[in-house]
Amino acid sequence: MNTNRNVLPYWLSAPGALAVLALMGVPLVMTLSLSFFGLQPGGQIDNTITLQNYAHLVSDDYYAGIFLRTLLLSLAVTCSCILIGVPEAYVLSRLSARWRAVSMVVVLGPLLVSVVVRTLGWAILLENEGLINKGLLAIGAIDQPVSLMYSYTGVVLALSHVLVPYMILATWASLQKLDFSTEQAANSLSASSLTVLRRIILPQVIPGVLSGSLIVFALAASAFATPAIIGGRRLKVVSTTIYDEFLNYVNWPMGAALAAVLMVLVVFVTVYANRAIERRFKQVFS
Amino acid sequence: MAFFEFQDRTKLSNGIIAAEDMGTRNMAFLELNGLTKQYGEHVAVDGFSLTVAKGEFVCLLGPSGCGKTTTLQMVAGFVQPSIGQVKLDGQDITRMSSNRRGLGIVFQSYALFPHMTVAQNVAFGLEMRRVAAAERAQRVAEALDLVHLGGFSSRYPRELSGGQRQRVALARALVIRPPVLLLDEPMGALDAKLREEMQIELRALQRRVGITTIMVTHDQAEAMTLSDRVVLMNGGRVEQVGKPYEMYEQPNGRFSSTFLGRSNVFSGTASDVDFITSGQTLPPGSGVVEGSADYLVRPEKIEFVDRNALVRGRVTARVFLGNHWLYQVETPLGNIQVACANTSPPTVAEGDEVGLHWDQKYARVVAIQGDA
Repeated sequence: MNTNRNVLPYWLSAPGALAVLALMGVPLVMTLSLSFFGLQPGGQIDNTITLQNYAHLVSDDYYAGIFLRTLLLSLAVTCSCILIGVPEAYVLSRLSARWRAVSMVVVLGPLLVSVVVRTLGWAILLENEGLINKGLLAIGAIDQPVSLMYSYTGVVLALSHVLVPYMILATWASLQKLDFSTEQAANSLSASSLTVLRRIILPQVIPGVLSGSLIVFALAASAFATPAIIGGRRLKVVSTTIYDEFLNYVNWPMGAALAAVLMVLVVFVTVYANRAIERRFKQVFS
Repeated sequence: MAFFEFQDRTKLSNGIIAAEDMGTRNMAFLELNGLTKQYGEHVAVDGFSLTVAKGEFVCLLGPSGCGKTTTLQMVAGFVQPSIGQVKLDGQDITRMSSNRRGLGIVFQSYALFPHMTVAQNVAFGLEMRRVAAAERAQRVAEALDLVHLGGFSSRYPRELSGGQRQRVALARALVIRPPVLLLDEPMGALDAKLREEMQIELRALQRRVGITTIMVTHDQAEAMTLSDRVVLMNGGRVEQVGKPYEMYEQPNGRFSSTFLGRSNVFSGTASDVDFITSGQTLPPGSGVVEGSADYLVRPEKIEFVDRNALVRGRVTARVFLGNHWLYQVETPLGNIQVACANTSPPTVAEGDEVGLHWDQKYARVVAIQGDA
């Protein structure tokens, strides 16, 4: 009877597990195995197993540059999301119930709009003939249009906008658990508002900021639509490179190798960062 | 003990008012003049005035929503009064921000910083006052010894029990040597037995340190155990102020008598010679009221008698409460509660016809209160 009870959960979770396996596991394994095949001239996939894709990937500075760019871009987006999202979540948590509801809709509303649409909106704003440049020219802040399209600034700007709701939601979840009276306690012990924020509030919401950062980092590193539209060919990141390998150069094995390396790197960075910060703030996690 | 000394050598720093000398008791140390807090139409606190002497322990007692916490928060500076004035040691601090008042506050949830150790929690206030590291460590150790948590300095709050957390909160509030200690329902989260222990400990600690203390509570037993004076509040107003024993023996109205302990209350008409209620005539009680009035008598002042009964009735319920028995007696005056100390086996059972008698000096006649 004891065994019966133990088996039931497995049966119940089996359909879900199988669906995940079929829809995620299998393609993943296939992509991974694809990366070990060679390519014959003319686009035919070779049936011999080889490491030449990975060798090429490591030896060519072109790819190293793209990976480094993706890493820096993702870090920049994560930082800007922290800078925007954490204070915003804090302000939200201090609003009255009615304004909080309104603000939440404003924050989460963009998630209802397709990333492509939102990014195209940014493209319209960022163009040389776009609103931002026209505005800056009109008030005389600049003499000639600043190139925001196909630039780091443009991609970071647009990606941050796309991803900041995740940071707000994650931080918000931590703030919900925060005891407001710790703020008053610190205040009564003569701490200034800034000190309260830095010494009392921030350390307590670190778990939320961390999980938000991991989500934002992973999504930024693998984002496709925004870098493709705003970054274009001039600012290639890993995901757009993978796309090009698959569809423009019809080099599927190389594309698969790039995808595998990107995945491993993202998993490595998130797990490592998670560990390090969890160790540093172990008292807050419990 | 080292903790005593700091009361004498406190200093004015960072605009924080410190206590001066301990000798001047009975002088108004903390003055609250006509404090009123209005939220729109709702008056949370209405004209609260109180003077607290140095070293005194005052409890603000009342049911939830009576304005006691709002009053405490106005003293703490977390809530700005709509009208009124807070004076500490002669200085008006009504408009001073809470982080410059330098008061020691213990919150209901303790509000310990979960990401800091016990020692870091206690040291925080000293750090904010830029106390040098060596002195800081010494004072933290002293404060922790004071609350019997000497060996716990490197623990984190989540590794402590409820009672220990509360002691840390106390140590954190006391270590800055505040002129006044404010306690907001500090025992609320403790279980009954621990609460009693902490009450006695808090009382002893407060006496030893000699710190002026204001505590908010809704627990009448706690208020009586701890305080020199009780301020009984209801509906944003002060009902009665007095020493616990005086207030218990001489409640000024129906609310005081039923909130602080139990009481039998009869409404009727008072005169010099008698008190008429529900068609019955009772001997006059103490009090100067003429006309419509409430007649109060405590359950433990009533005894069962065979002759000379003031009123007769039938026992409808008998409850054993350990140190005493509580009886419910149905009489022409209504249900009367009678409490008998558990000194011998009970002589009265449920269903018995009994006579009730009380000494008229224990009966109080008070004016009828408006809303209560």
